[in-house]
Amino acid sequence: MTETAVSIPALLARNARDLGESPAYREKEFGIWQSWTWGEVSEEIEALALGLMDLGLARGDLVVISGRNRPALYWAMVAVQSAGAVPVPIYQDAAVDEIAYQLEHCGAVMAIVGDQEQVDKLQEATSAEGSALRHMVYLDGRGLRKYDHEKLTSYADVQKAGRDARKRLGSELQSRTDALGYDDTCVMLYTSGTTGRPKGVVLSNRNIIETAKASVQFDNLTHREDTLAYLPMAWVGDFIFSIAQAYVAGFCVNCPESPDTMAVDLREIGPTYYFAPPRVFETQLTTVMIRMEDATRIKKALFDYFMAHAKRVGPDILDGREVGGWDRLKYRLGELMVYGPLKNTLGFSRIRVGYTAGEAIGPEIFEFYRGLGINLKQLYGQTEASVFITQQPDNEVRSDTVGVASPGVEIRIDENGEVFYRSPGVFVEYYKNPESTADTKDADGWVATGDAGFFEEGTGHLRIIDRAKDVGKLATGQMFAPKYVENKLKFFPNILEAVVFGAGQDRCVAFLNIDLNAVGNWAERNNIGYGSYQELSQHPKVLEMMRGHVAEVNASVAEDEMLSGCQVHRFVVLHKQLDADDGELTRTQKVRRKVIGEKFEDILDALYGGKDEIYTETEVTYEDGRKGKIKATLNIQDAQVFPVGGAMQEAAE
Amino acid sequence: MKDTAESYVTEDGRTIGEVILDLRGITLRFGGVEAIKNISFDIRKGEIRAIIGPNGAGKSSMLNVISGFYNPQEGEVWFRGERRPPMKPYQVARAGVARTFQNIALFEGMTVLDNIMTGRLNDMSAGLLAQAIWKGKAEREEIENRERAERIIDFLEIQHIRKTPVGRLPYGLKKRVELARALVAEPDLLLLDEPMAGMNVEEKEDMSRYILDVNDELGTTIALIEHDMGVVMDLSDRVVVMDYGRKIGDGTPDEVRGNQEVIDAYLGVAHD
Repeated sequence: MTETAVSIPALLARNARDLGESPAYREKEFGIWQSWTWGEVSEEIEALALGLMDLGLARGDLVVISGRNRPALYWAMVAVQSAGAVPVPIYQDAAVDEIAYQLEHCGAVMAIVGDQEQVDKLQEATSAEGSALRHMVYLDGRGLRKYDHEKLTSYADVQKAGRDARKRLGSELQSRTDALGYDDTCVMLYTSGTTGRPKGVVLSNRNIIETAKASVQFDNLTHREDTLAYLPMAWVGDFIFSIAQAYVAGFCVNCPESPDTMAVDLREIGPTYYFAPPRVFETQLTTVMIRMEDATRIKKALFDYFMAHAKRVGPDILDGREVGGWDRLKYRLGELMVYGPLKNTLGFSRIRVGYTAGEAIGPEIFEFYRGLGINLKQLYGQTEASVFITQQPDNEVRSDTVGVASPGVEIRIDENGEVFYRSPGVFVEYYKNPESTADTKDADGWVATGDAGFFEEGTGHLRIIDRAKDVGKLATGQMFAPKYVENKLKFFPNILEAVVFGAGQDRCVAFLNIDLNAVGNWAERNNIGYGSYQELSQHPKVLEMMRGHVAEVNASVAEDEMLSGCQVHRFVVLHKQLDADDGELTRTQKVRRKVIGEKFEDILDALYGGKDEIYTETEVTYEDGRKGKIKATLNIQDAQVFPVGGAMQEAAE
Repeated sequence: MKDTAESYVTEDGRTIGEVILDLRGITLRFGGVEAIKNISFDIRKGEIRAIIGPNGAGKSSMLNVISGFYNPQEGEVWFRGERRPPMKPYQVARAGVARTFQNIALFEGMTVLDNIMTGRLNDMSAGLLAQAIWKGKAEREEIENRERAERIIDFLEIQHIRKTPVGRLPYGLKKRVELARALVAEPDLLLLDEPMAGMNVEEKEDMSRYILDVNDELGTTIALIEHDMGVVMDLSDRVVVMDYGRKIGDGTPDEVRGNQEVIDAYLGVAHD
């Protein structure tokens, strides 16, 4: 790797030179995978950069980018950088007021967006007062023909203007690209923020490229990797995986045809390097299990037999540990009959390295994939760290730890148990927010993660317990770690989401969301009729099932002396799915405990007040921004609780 | 109303051109029953023309006259400035008229893609032998037709069900597939027989959006029958109202809304 590559555009130039003919991007369109080599990509990006300069893009300007994962939008980020400006990707599904805040906060002068939906939202967000946004570039012109095009241009037209202006602006572009330094801003990303307003995290070329280099080396990624880019472009992980690592290693980023075709596209591409949040793995596993329930008896028996075997010896074989000859033979037979075809269906036939992060992953889920021979690992990261804080090395993978410090990262744990880190990836600042920057990052460059954790003795792996500020005390003085319990609850396929309350109270209570797929299928198989999500959620049989799940979790929580106070005493199955559009989840699907607690205060009061049922009305926001109300009477359930330690016998009733 | 104007531009910027289909004094009888009684109206290039009326008013019969399924006993059909002789439906289809059906008429066992490809059958001319050995013209035609089909699939956003058998799809999607099959024939005039019957509000909104997009982006002239008055008034440029086989109103949605006879037909009036 040459020392001169101190920006993404510089890496692009290197790839165009060294890997000119190898594929850089693919996108399925009109039913066919279209592909672009690094050489072609370099030309496309140059044309766009020139076109943007022709539209008046100046050095240091900020440009908002929004849309689903498409090669052209990835190019847009690099084109913006080439022209000396800063890309600011935002969540394509963000509501208008969120977008309005971000636009005003960053003062972006241009936006490059996917389609009409984004154009509409940005126009609405900038309609009110004098916005800095001067021009919008769109990719898909459908439905936009009649729009006023004074401040609106199609991507293709911008590129055309750029190609025409090459003579005039070419040298200016070259000098702007050459002037990019290691400490210039590479990208600004808004954190989803479980509390308060989103903050703009400024990451430098040094942050991004150093991190990407280290992580590419950690997993021996080469230009032969294939990834599928489907996670939001505004998320730091996607920026690292689909841009930074892709440019450093020179591998190919594949974009799905549409958000609904993910499963098919995954199978067709068969990525070698793959990232997904636990939720995606959970959903996939649930789908497999549901389909196996409907399979013929012989197939089901084969599946069960070999999956049990995989669970027992699969992870050991993957880690290269000692496994008997007979077990190996049986595993190979299983590969032929079950694992191979299953991996092919899931699109995991070629996978070499897979990561999951963001939330804890259930041990069963983890073991299922590792048992199949998929090298699924966990990492722990943050936007402020350019993702990587810790990750699991090959052959040292467990579901309850997040691994060792990533290369170049130092970690310390303070007296309260909060995890701090320092690395080349540590962010420059929060944009226009020096107070928050100072609160988070100290003078020596140490950053507080806000998570409580500890290093496990013996292995040196980090274990994360919970968000530091969520960890509290019950009125009884016992420790309260809601996430710990929520994760245990969410490991049941039937439970999609769980929110546990109890700080400052004498006992814990919980809100649950059923997983409509899993529970709906179960209802179908058991001849349970239901008319709506709401009706299903309050069905006596469903409530009975949930009581069973909560009791099991309580039994397992009771085993841990320190956390035994976190057993859920009473719970309610919510009548609506928690949703980011209603502000209950962040855009990255994390629960906002406080918002939920305030919004459903009546239900919470009923849980603590000892009532048996509660009538409630909830406002919901539809995808297009309209609001509606849903009304429901919810049954409040009492759960079985266990004495501290050794409660297993009782639980296994 | 602009009856005589050559062409004009609508408020939302679309150009409505010359008359593409002109129906003059159409009367259709089944035995002694007069399903359509001396009806005349025209459809202009680029417009969305609605035909509305209570059940049994003769709307579907009217559409079947346009598509060539019924030949009227009296009256003339003028298509693109020429009087059209009695034709078979496939001849009408070749001339550039495609349609969807009130009760979905897809091949349930075939995939979405195969169903859409059948919409191109009229445009295939390779012989049986060429088709069988898959060479030359047959191959070229198939590739070209697949490309057109894929553009429509993209346009109507049904990529995710491309390879799904139609029988497994929910109703709203089947309707969209049927629209795709009609569109892939690249018609000048598209006939939609109750495109939104039986849909929920969300599906109706989606379908309305697609109809507008088809009209706007592809420039297709559309004649549609619909029961949902809200949809009709929002979508169409001009509306023909039928009742008991007669035409009782014709004009822009606002004009039709104010027509007393139409109000009576829809809201009911004491017959004495």
